[in-house]
Amino acid sequence: MAIDLHKYANPKRFLAITGAIYPWSVGLTVVLLLVGLYLSLFVAPPDYQQGDTVRIMFVHVPAAWMALMIYTMMAISSAVGLIWKHPVADLTAKASAPIGACFTFLALVTGSLWGQPMWGTFWVWDARLTSMLILLFLYLGYMAIWESFDDPVKAAKAAAILALVGVINIPIIRFSVDWWNTLHQPASVATMDGPKIHSTILIPLLVMGLAYTAFFVMVLIIRVKAEILKRRLRVLQIAELRES
Amino acid sequence: MNRFLRLIGRDVRLAFRQGSAMTLGLSFFVIVVVLFPLGVGPELAVLARIGPGVLWVAALLACLLTLDRMFQADYEDGSLDLLMTGSLPTEILVLAKVIAHWLTSVLPLIVIAPLLGMSLNLPGDGILALTAALLIGTPTLSLIGAVGAALTMGMRRGGVLLSLLVLPLYIPVLIFGVAAVDASMAQLSATPHLLLLGGASLGALVVGPLAAAAALRLSLS
Repeated sequence: MAIDLHKYANPKRFLAITGAIYPWSVGLTVVLLLVGLYLSLFVAPPDYQQGDTVRIMFVHVPAAWMALMIYTMMAISSAVGLIWKHPVADLTAKASAPIGACFTFLALVTGSLWGQPMWGTFWVWDARLTSMLILLFLYLGYMAIWESFDDPVKAAKAAAILALVGVINIPIIRFSVDWWNTLHQPASVATMDGPKIHSTILIPLLVMGLAYTAFFVMVLIIRVKAEILKRRLRVLQIAELRES
Repeated sequence: MNRFLRLIGRDVRLAFRQGSAMTLGLSFFVIVVVLFPLGVGPELAVLARIGPGVLWVAALLACLLTLDRMFQADYEDGSLDLLMTGSLPTEILVLAKVIAHWLTSVLPLIVIAPLLGMSLNLPGDGILALTAALLIGTPTLSLIGAVGAALTMGMRRGGVLLSLLVLPLYIPVLIFGVAAVDASMAQLSATPHLLLLGGASLGALVVGPLAAAAALRLSLS
């Protein structure tokens, strides 16, 4: 395990591998997104109650999945970075946070656009909406702590500690918000569950989920690459200053 | 053990002698609570309905206000370096700091909370549940807050960042704390909520000192 990790810890090798993956991720994103959008906008049947507005779901639900998945991934790579002092893992965690925050924001926005025709209001203090909003704040805090240190090594460690404390808290927050919601307003959220998912809806949903994942991989590679190059540039600049 | 107690004693004495540190947090708590009747109107039924939430939110904010002093003063005059090179493990050092913070900044709030509860027209059961919930739940605030305080130590504008980092993590305590009071006001048992608060405190007792100690070592390295 440890040997494997250190093999990939080398930024040069990392760049080589991701360079090979990158074109594939771009292709996959384009193809899956086209297929997924076609399936969800034209093939999937309109809901018998919600009509065509149900199609918002195909943009909304995968975004919420991604928001949670990216935070988990961020916490795992933070742990790897903290334990094995793996520089690329730190950079991966850093680079994925803004993407995760964007997906969280997308899920919130599409959710409220969906809520307007369905619930008659843009925002309800529903358990899912509220916990997504809290997740957004966790992302923002994580990004803010990266910005507040001058020394990137220290920033990486501090951010990793925060991400790990956050990931322990997420299930507790989720549970407590569910609990709070059932206490305060019992029967207003049943519309979220709707009818059982039929394969004509499930397949476009999964395709969209895969498209989002491929998109995430693509953007992540770009961002990590930029981070590595930024560090390299910094080292070169410092060396140049020392010489002169 | 002896050194641990002496460290707590030192911090409590320091807080007492500075005086203002303790009374400032307390006056902040009282003023925030007083603002609410002025903001939402003096109807007693409304106040009783929002009272538990108001008191809990004010307690969270007052706790947050005093958090940044947890390590900051010792960091600035260098005694934190000395403490950390001493024989006490950093985790235990953090725990002593947390206990001192709780005793000096949070306990006064709990003492005055019943009085403020009465002014917000909470019934007797509610006040009892509120005090119990505060006693059981607030250690979590100090413990989680220690992680945030250690991470933002020595930062410019650390206080603002601290609130962004720590407040989302406080949400479960707020929810269960208010739920305990609401339950007892509805003549239901507050015990499950209090047990959950206790669980959160015990969990934070494990995670908080470990994470805060890691952050302290990082900030001083």
